[in-house]
Amino acid sequence: MIVRILGEGQYDLSADAVSTLNDLDAKVESAIEASDQASFHDALARLLDGVRTAGVPHEAESLDPSDLILPMADATLAEVKDMLSGDGLIPG
Amino acid sequence: MSMWQRISLIFKSKANKALDRAEDPRETLDYSYQRQLDLLAQVRRGVADVATSRKRVELQINQLQSQSDKLQGQAEQAITVQREDLAREALTRKSGLTTQITDLKTQQAQLLGEEEKLTLAQQRLSAKVEAFRTRKETIKATYTAAEAQSKINEAMSGIGEEMGDVGMAIQRAEDKTAQMQARASAIDELIASGALDDATSLNKGDDISRELEAMSSQSEVEAELARLKGGGPAPQAIEGGDGGEILQDEEPAPAQTSESKDSQ
Repeated sequence: MIVRILGEGQYDLSADAVSTLNDLDAKVESAIEASDQASFHDALARLLDGVRTAGVPHEAESLDPSDLILPMADATLAEVKDMLSGDGLIPG
Repeated sequence: MSMWQRISLIFKSKANKALDRAEDPRETLDYSYQRQLDLLAQVRRGVADVATSRKRVELQINQLQSQSDKLQGQAEQAITVQREDLAREALTRKSGLTTQITDLKTQQAQLLGEEEKLTLAQQRLSAKVEAFRTRKETIKATYTAAEAQSKINEAMSGIGEEMGDVGMAIQRAEDKTAQMQARASAIDELIASGALDDATSLNKGDDISRELEAMSSQSEVEAELARLKGGGPAPQAIEGGDGGEILQDEEPAPAQTSESKDSQ
């Protein structure tokens, strides 16, 4: 699977790796729902590290869309909320 | 649905909106390619803008640093003439500058980080735009309008995602830079108005260096006087026309010293 970290690029990950990282993704999501700034940053950092560690950079010249997209490492809670609502920074 | 699925869906739906435009789907390719080139130009400008802001902050750091070094020198000089009060004043002002310098160095590091991120974004987008150009030519040469649609969709969704990502990176860098620009302008104004210099050279001002200068010229006068007293023709010179000036020059100095001692 191809996972994009916004601002960083795409990584290739095995399906197994992705399912392991799903737990961390759920932690990020529950932190967002709880508006818990501290655990959001912590969980996001661990999730992104997991992707970087388990993945290899996807070929730069490909035009493949990603299966999954993650916020940038320095994203704020508010920015990610905006992203999830479809407003905010994502240019149309 | 998980967070990362939701974000990728939102990206896809935004990218798809860009698709339904031209009657001949192959025209969409040219239209998109033009937008990609525009975006690339925008990233390049973004990198240049952030670099300009960073250099401005660096210049300010240098200005404040030399000011701070000057105050340090004054503090040392004050100590050698046993004026702890002046040394304390100089060090107090220096510590105010140190806070600003630390703040500016943080900004400098942040701007450098943004610059690096945008440079990498530019490289990633360049690689994809070049790949898109090749794909575009192949599609136009190989497929009829009817056949081309699915191939076009594939090419467009990949580049659309990259464009969305880079577009966000530019916007974030611009927002951050704009915030810092406002603070940098404030500091530039301070420097230009001389308010920072004031602490050591203008208005109420170079009270520290003025006192130090007064004291050192006073000791120079004493030394000169001692030399004159020790030498042969000196006493005669004092009686001459020039001597009057020497005495006049000499008088205000002790008066100033006693004044400043009184004021403490």
